Amino acid sequence: MSNATTNNDTVHRVSFLDKASLHIPTLRILQADGTTYEQAVLPNIDQELANKIYDTCVFTRVLDERMLGAQRQGRISFYMTCTGEEAAVIGSAAALDDGDVILAQYREHAALRYRGFPTEQFMNQMFSNEKDFGKGRQMPIHYGSQELNYQTISSPLATQIPQATGVAYGLKLQGKRNVAVCYFGEGAASEGDFHAGLNMAAVLKSPTIFFCRNNGYAISTPTEEQYAGNGIASRGVGYGMHTIRVDGNDMLAVLAATQQARAYALEHNGPVLIEAMSYRLGAHSSSDDPSGYRSKEEEAKWQQHDPVKRFKLWMINKGWLDEATDAELHEKYREEVLSAVKTAEKLPAPHIDEIIEDVFDKPTPALKKQLSELKEHINKYPNAYPKSAGRI
Amino acid sequence: MAQMNMLHAINEALSIEMEKNQSMIVFGEDVGHFGGVFRATSGLQEKFGKERCFNTPLTEQGIAGFANGYAAAGLTAVAEIQFADYIFPAFDQIVNESAKFRYRSGNQFDVGGLTFRTPYGGGIAGGHYHSQSPEAYFTQTPGLKVVVPRNPEQAKGLLLAAMRDPNPVVFFEPKRLYRASVGEVPEGDYEIELGKAEVVKQGTDITVLAWGAQMEIVENACKKAEKEGISCEIIDLRSLAPWDVDTVAASVKKTGRLLINHEAPLTGGFAGEIAATIQQECFLYLESPISRVCGLDTPYPLIHEKEYMPDEHKTYEAIKASVGF
Repeated sequence: MSNATTNNDTVHRVSFLDKASLHIPTLRILQADGTTYEQAVLPNIDQELANKIYDTCVFTRVLDERMLGAQRQGRISFYMTCTGEEAAVIGSAAALDDGDVILAQYREHAALRYRGFPTEQFMNQMFSNEKDFGKGRQMPIHYGSQELNYQTISSPLATQIPQATGVAYGLKLQGKRNVAVCYFGEGAASEGDFHAGLNMAAVLKSPTIFFCRNNGYAISTPTEEQYAGNGIASRGVGYGMHTIRVDGNDMLAVLAATQQARAYALEHNGPVLIEAMSYRLGAHSSSDDPSGYRSKEEEAKWQQHDPVKRFKLWMINKGWLDEATDAELHEKYREEVLSAVKTAEKLPAPHIDEIIEDVFDKPTPALKKQLSELKEHINKYPNAYPKSAGRI
Repeated sequence: MAQMNMLHAINEALSIEMEKNQSMIVFGEDVGHFGGVFRATSGLQEKFGKERCFNTPLTEQGIAGFANGYAAAGLTAVAEIQFADYIFPAFDQIVNESAKFRYRSGNQFDVGGLTFRTPYGGGIAGGHYHSQSPEAYFTQTPGLKVVVPRNPEQAKGLLLAAMRDPNPVVFFEPKRLYRASVGEVPEGDYEIELGKAEVVKQGTDITVLAWGAQMEIVENACKKAEKEGISCEIIDLRSLAPWDVDTVAASVKKTGRLLINHEAPLTGGFAGEIAATIQQECFLYLESPISRVCGLDTPYPLIHEKEYMPDEHKTYEAIKASVGF
């Protein structure tokens, strides 16, 4: 047998494989009523962890609702929600160590919150004020935190996927017991970067968790126009990678899968692909209106699979949560978010001097010259540049 | 003539050509039923069917490679790249393949029936990744035509010409003007020749050159300068590759001065190429150094977008400086 194939079977008549040949089951632990399946093996979770997960769910819902409202009022220019995908994002983030590096797409602010990103920092980024870590250079929701091992979001799709492979390889070479976790949507999995990133991780044995949020839509494009294969999971298998498909609206299933994926990646120095089947309940972004491409009935059907409600029922069943506490939590975050909005929007924009910083490690002579000419010009036309005039 | 915005004009051009050319297909991310994120392809799927106007998976390199293959079969492809900022994954297919199909095969194969349409430029609070003007990366590639319209009438005529041009064309659409620019557009079919600049306004003291969304900016700056008694000749370059050296040189020989304005960063921008050529062509006629008013040499910023932009104030000051040199 040549090493060109690892398959020892031979046949003597034409026989094709198709996507049905690959049976990929979906892991489900939590039922719609908040009870667990009889045979289900639960993840490692205690009351403290459950509370932290639920707390992040509530914060994220409140943040999304309030900030979408703020966008509609013209207070921020753009917003994207995590609505409907909280279990996928928080359930996976909760399985990680704080030293694991997260490379997200753009819809995973819940993972950043789980890591401890303060409410005011969310606002500073969205309002592009002088306290924004990103110095007001990117659109709202492009968060990043060096302290929390959460690399800054870049808008171009899928660019973070091969980068995650590189990050994880670096962690391995440095002997750290950490992995890189890469989030992306099923749409991004069509980009060339996805294929390059997964192939390299598998071949180079890079301890990376590739976490696909299969949420049904890439802007207006439904999955049936995105791929013809057996989801994204089949590709993991194709690249020779440990792969699992989970119910992305099931917090416990996501948590269990990610806990084990992490353990595997560290033990075997190899990548894992997790495909979380979910649904983007909200619009793609505040610039999108899904009523043009999908029905209210379809959305209503998915409302019934609300991942936060399902987890809440489980918490109540366990006696770890009650309605009154839940209502208090919502109220606490509504006030906190509102107050943070008010503070953040009053802060000034980053100083104009910062416009030439970080292009390189040090501004070049050409950049310094351009800044000095710009400042002179702003002084001449202060009304045309309200963010900078008067502060030069 | 009908009043319409630029999106409507582009949509009409696509529809006219799909009607005439049965081989033509229109595709890209969300362009099918949804009509593209900016709605430039609205109604085309309903009119021409899902086989001719369709969504692709999210893969710019796939879109460009697919377009190359379709066009190399002698057919007409119009591919939309959702934002010009996202054209870079397709860069290899465009720069190494589209541009070189004809040359490398000794004219056995070509992708002349291929047009890439893509929204470019800032002024929409988009930050780095929804605001770039990457035209200069493509003007340095022999084999590609690069076209940028300034208003609905130009967009329709130039796009019709681009789709019928026997060479691959990258057609940059100024997204800030998609809805903001409304004007009279001739009905039916007409073309505006590629490679020709347009003298938008005659003048005697300085030639002010721009393209796309910056035309509006330079027109405003010139109005201010005219109030000070400076007569500006305004030229819309329209095609950047190939570009109309003769029209620009003739104008500069008349006015003795040239100012070039573009949104992309100054260094390595297309203004540098124009300045070098015009300096060669018009050296003895120049009364002041050729000036450039361009974006800063930084990535496109969000909060300091106004400061970054080569706006009318900066252009006006540069006109005065050039005339007063």
